[in-house]
Amino acid sequence: MTAAFYALAGVALVVLGLYGLSVQAHLLRKLLAVNILGSGVFLVLVSLGGQPGAAPDPVPHAMVITGIVVAVSATALGLVLMLKVAAASGRPTLDDAPKEDRCPKE
Amino acid sequence: MNLLQTGFDGLLALGLIWLAWRALACPDLFRGIVLFIAFGLLMALAWVRLEAPDVALAEAAIGAGLTGALLLAALARLNRTAAAQTLPREAWRSGPALLLVLAGAGLGLAVLSLIPEPAGLQAQVAAELGRSGVSNPVTAVLLNFRGYDTLLELLVLLLALLAAWSLDADPPRREAPAGAVLDMLLRLLLPVLVLAAAYLLWAGAHAPGGAFQAGAVLGAAGVLALLAGWRLQPHLTGTPLRLAVTIGPGGFLLVAWAFAAGRPAAAGISAGTRRRSDPADRDPGHPVHRRHPGSAVPGLAARRR
Amino acid sequence: MTGPDYLSALLLLAGALFFLAGTLGLLRFPDVYTRLHALTKADNVGLGLIVLGLALQSGSWLVAGKLVLIWLLVLLAGASVAHLIARGARQRGIPEWRR
Repeated sequence: MTAAFYALAGVALVVLGLYGLSVQAHLLRKLLAVNILGSGVFLVLVSLGGQPGAAPDPVPHAMVITGIVVAVSATALGLVLMLKVAAASGRPTLDDAPKEDRCPKE
Repeated sequence: MNLLQTGFDGLLALGLIWLAWRALACPDLFRGIVLFIAFGLLMALAWVRLEAPDVALAEAAIGAGLTGALLLAALARLNRTAAAQTLPREAWRSGPALLLVLAGAGLGLAVLSLIPEPAGLQAQVAAELGRSGVSNPVTAVLLNFRGYDTLLELLVLLLALLAAWSLDADPPRREAPAGAVLDMLLRLLLPVLVLAAAYLLWAGAHAPGGAFQAGAVLGAAGVLALLAGWRLQPHLTGTPLRLAVTIGPGGFLLVAWAFAAGRPAAAGISAGTRRRSDPADRDPGHPVHRRHPGSAVPGLAARRR
Repeated sequence: MTGPDYLSALLLLAGALFFLAGTLGLLRFPDVYTRLHALTKADNVGLGLIVLGLALQSGSWLVAGKLVLIWLLVLLAGASVAHLIARGARQRGIPEWRR
C-alpha cells in the first residue's frame, strides 16, 4: 500500500516536471522542473524495489543516491550556464524563435 | 495504527505533489525555490517511509540543502547581473497538459501493474554482503558491488566543476560583509560539521550514512564559509586547489590503471595485441566483460582501428 | 505503557503543540519580525520537548546524548539564522508592522 502511494506520487511528479519543463520559459524554473522530474523517477524506482514485509532492495537505494549526486552536479552546471545566458542576452530564457521586438536588427 | 500510517502516506504524497506544483507555478521565483527546498525535505520524509534511510540522508543534505543553496545563490546573482525583469506569467497550455495527463495515466497503470513484482537483487546482495567488508547493504552496493560507477562519479563532479570554472571567468563581486554573528557561528560550527562528516563516513559501514552524505555535509560547510565571506588565500587558489580537486579521480584512475596493468590479458588494456575476433568483444555476457567493465574502452579503440 | 512511556507521550504531545503554535504564528503574523518571533521561540521549545520525549524512549544514554546534541545545534543555528534574517530585513528597510 505504501509503495503504491509513493509510486503514483512519483508518476505525478514526473508529469508535473515534464509540464513545467516544456511550458515554463525561465531557465531557473526549467531547472526546478528537471529536479522535480528526477525526484519522481527516484520515487518510482525505490518504491517498486520494496516488498511489503521483506527487507528493502539496496540496489535501487544505491542507484538513487548516485542519481541525487549526479542531479546536483548537473543542476550546478545548468545554473552556471543560465547565468552566462542571462549575462550575454539580458534574459534568463532561451528564445529559439526570436520575435522582431526581442531581437534588434544589426 | 495501520489507518494512521496510510493516512500519513496519503497526506505526504499529496503534499509532495502540491509543493512541486506550487514550486513550478507560483509567480515569484524566490518563493518557488523555497517551496522546492520544502519539497526536498518532504522527499526525505518519504524516503524514511519507504525504509530508505540512506537515501533520506542524501536527499536532506544534497537534494534539499545543497541544491537549495545553489538555486538561491544563482537567483541572487541573476537579479544582480541582468535580468531583474519579471517574465510574463506563463499561460496555461491545455494541449501539453492533456497529453501529459494521458501519458501519466498510462505510466501510473504500468507502475501499478509492476508492484507485485518479486524481490530484486536483495537476496544476491545479502549473500555477498560478508565479502564486502561492511554490514550496511547500501554502502556495500555503492562502494563494492558498483564501485566503478560510484568512484567514476568523481569524474562527473570534476567535469561539472571544470565546466563551471571555465564558464564563470569573471570574479564575483564584493558582497556586503555577513556580520559577526555568522562569522562566530561558523567558527563554532565548522569543526562540528567536519566531525559530523567523519562520523557519517564511519557510520556508513554499518548504519545509514556513507561517503556521499559525508561529502554533502562537508560541501554544506564550504557553502556556509562562502556565505560568511570566507575566501581561500590567493596562494592556495591556483595550482594547489587544482591539484586538490584532481586527487580523488586521479587516485582512482591510478589504482584502476595499476590493477589493469597487473592483469593485461583480463583487463585488455594492451589493446594492440587483441583482435576483433576476441570472443570477449562479441559477447557482452562474456566473463571478461562482467568482471572488468573497464575493458569496454579498449574494445572501442579496437573497433575504430 | 509504564510511567516513563506516559511521560514521554506527554512531552511529545506538548512539543507537537508548540510546533502547531509556531506554525500558526508563521502563517498568521503580519510581518517578518513577528513571524520570526513565533517561529524561533516555539520551535526551539517544541523541539526540546520532543527531544526529551524521544530520549526517554531511547533507553540508552548514548542515543539520548546524541538527541540533546541535535537540539543544541538547532538552538545555535536557529538563533543565528533568525538574527541573520532579521538583519537582512532591516538592511532592506522592511518596516515593522504597526497596528
